[in-house]
Amino acid sequence: MQATHRLDTTFAALAHPTRRAILARLASGEASVTELGEPFAMSQPAISKHLKVLERAGLVSRGRDAQRRPRRLEPKRLGEATTWLERYRRLWEGNYQRLDALLHELKAKERNPR
Amino acid sequence: MKRAELKITTAGDRELVMTRVFAAPRTLVFDAHTKPELVRRWLLGPPGWSMPVCEIDLRVGGRYRYVWRHDTNGAEMGMGGVYREIVAPERIVNTERFDAAWYPGEAVGTLVLVERGGSTTLTYTMHYESRAARDAVIKSNMETGVAASYDRLADLLASTPARGRA
Repeated sequence: MQATHRLDTTFAALAHPTRRAILARLASGEASVTELGEPFAMSQPAISKHLKVLERAGLVSRGRDAQRRPRRLEPKRLGEATTWLERYRRLWEGNYQRLDALLHELKAKERNPR
Repeated sequence: MKRAELKITTAGDRELVMTRVFAAPRTLVFDAHTKPELVRRWLLGPPGWSMPVCEIDLRVGGRYRYVWRHDTNGAEMGMGGVYREIVAPERIVNTERFDAAWYPGEAVGTLVLVERGGSTTLTYTMHYESRAARDAVIKSNMETGVAASYDRLADLLASTPARGRA
């Protein structure tokens, strides 16, 4: 998958609160689908559906144990997403600092119209 | 001047929300978003880019068009859209599409300005198109050209100014 395309998929996956909660749970260690479903008032198919989205985004992978099929966090992909968000934030902060300066100037003009 | 912090969060399934406070009345913040001679002074991205095209037809159904150009290598990036709602000086809803879009369909941006005690809180929400459209693109392969222009944008995003350039 293209890096850019992958990032879109990652953000889409991160956009849902249940999926973020699943990631938070996996951050403390791998867990089976049943274990992951326990804190949520959700059916196993519903949890599986969220997991599928997370797996497709590369945020979660499956462990080797064929019986339990534990899921685990893939921190690298999450890091890529946060890096992107931070760059986006810095870009807009640059724009908004210029806007601060412009507004300062416009306010001064309003006070002293010529 | 007190430094205001820009916050970026996600909301719902397909939204990105930015919040920022400005030490100015909202009429001025609104002007800075709607008058081309003002917009092109701040909406520039990293150093080295200027905005040779900034056209705004500020009415419902009217279009806007922005083109940025790199001062030395001549690279260009354009985007535009249509105004859906305009409530001066508090709210603007417009569609948004980059010429070389890396996401499907159009995004819809909602700018909301709330003034309190002479300061203005800006909230800008980007809402990306339907999940169906998004999934269609996830299943298809992206074309090289689109990926390349996204990379260009990534470069653009990577180098940001350390301070304002008024």
